Amino acid sequence: MLFPISGAHISPIYLAVIGFLIGILGGFFGVGGSFIAGPALRAVGLDWNFAVGTDLAHIVGKSVVAAKRHRALGNVDLKLGLIMAFGTIGGAEVGAQLIQMLKRAGNVNLVVSIVSIAVYVSISSFMIWESRKTLASKKPLPPASAKGAKQDRSAFQHVTRAIQRLKLAPIIHLPVSGVRISLWIILVVAFVGGLFSGFLGGGAGYIRMPSMVYVLGIPTHLAVGTDLFEIIISASYGTFSHAVKGNVDILIALVMHTGAAIGAQIGAISTQYFAGPKIRLAFVPLPLIGAAIVIYTLFTGHKL
Amino acid sequence: MKTETIKTLRAFLIELAVYAVLVIAYFFLVLHFLGNGLRQLEVNHRYTYAGVSILLIIGQAVLLENVTTFLLRLLRGRSE
Repeated sequence: MLFPISGAHISPIYLAVIGFLIGILGGFFGVGGSFIAGPALRAVGLDWNFAVGTDLAHIVGKSVVAAKRHRALGNVDLKLGLIMAFGTIGGAEVGAQLIQMLKRAGNVNLVVSIVSIAVYVSISSFMIWESRKTLASKKPLPPASAKGAKQDRSAFQHVTRAIQRLKLAPIIHLPVSGVRISLWIILVVAFVGGLFSGFLGGGAGYIRMPSMVYVLGIPTHLAVGTDLFEIIISASYGTFSHAVKGNVDILIALVMHTGAAIGAQIGAISTQYFAGPKIRLAFVPLPLIGAAIVIYTLFTGHKL
Repeated sequence: MKTETIKTLRAFLIELAVYAVLVIAYFFLVLHFLGNGLRQLEVNHRYTYAGVSILLIIGQAVLLENVTTFLLRLLRGRSE
C-alpha cells in the first residue's frame, strides 16, 4: 500500500501487527514502544526523521487507550503527570531541534542510530542489575494483587531516598504516589525524558518509566500509568512539532494504531497480575531488541 | 476457573476476528479517501496538517477504544 505523504510502500498488515505488539508492551510497561516502532519503520525503508515523527503520532493514540485503562485500575497520578508534562515539552522541543540540525547536516540516520544503541543497552544493563538484585534480596515481594502490587521496593532505594531528601524548594507532595520531592527534580527527570523523546522518537518511556521508579521513587504500577498519561500530552506536542517540520506520515500512524488500540488494553489489564520488580525485569529485553534491530539496519543498509 | 479462562480466551479470539474485519474495511475505505486530501494539506498548509493529525489520531483512539469495549461487553455479556 502506498502512503502518499512519505511516499513509502508498506504493508498495512505489517503496520497493524507491529502496532498490536507495541500496544501490548506499551500498556504493560508504560512505554511508547519507540525502541521497537522506530527500527521497525526504519526496517521497511522509512527515513529516521519520518520514523521518529510518525511513531510519536501513533503513540498519542495508543497512550489514550492505555492511560484510560490504567486510570480505571487506579494507576495514574494526575498531579505528577501534569507537572512532568511541562519539563517533557521543553526537552522534546530541544530534541526535535537537534534532529533538524542533523537533517540539515545530512547525517541524521547514523547519529540517531548510534545514540539509540548506546541508550538502549545502558538502560537494559542497569535494569537487569537492579531488578535481579531486588528479586534476590531476602525481603519478601509484595503480593501481586490489587493494592499490594502497588507497594514497591528496589535495590536502588537508598539513592532514591537520598534524592527525595534534597531540600530544593518548592517541595511537592504527591499523595497518590506517597512521595514528597523537589519540583526541580521532577522537572529535570521530565526534561531528560522529553529530550530523548524529541531526539529518538516515541514517548521516551524507556527513559522516563525507569527514572520515575529509581529517581523519583514512584511505585512501578503508578509509574507505568502516569507515564502513559504524561505521554499523551508530551507526544501530542512532539507530533505537532514534527508534523510542522514535515516528519509525520499520519496515515502510517493511523494504520499502526488500529493494532495498538487492542494491544494496549491487553497490556494494561495484565499489569495487575505482576509485582513491580518482575515488571522491571521483564522490561529488560525490550530495549535490547530495539538495539539489535538498529545495529542490523545500520550494518545492512536497511530492510529486515 | 479453567472454564472462565477458556471463555475469556474464546471471547478475545472472536473479538480479534471481528476487529480484524472492521480494521481491514477501515484501511481500504477511510484511509483511501483521506490519503490525497491529507497529502495536499501536508504540502500546502503544514500547521493545519499538524493540528488535523493530532485530532485524527485522538479521534481514532477514542473510537477504537469504544469499539473494543463494546465488542468485549457484547461477547462476554458483562462490563469491562
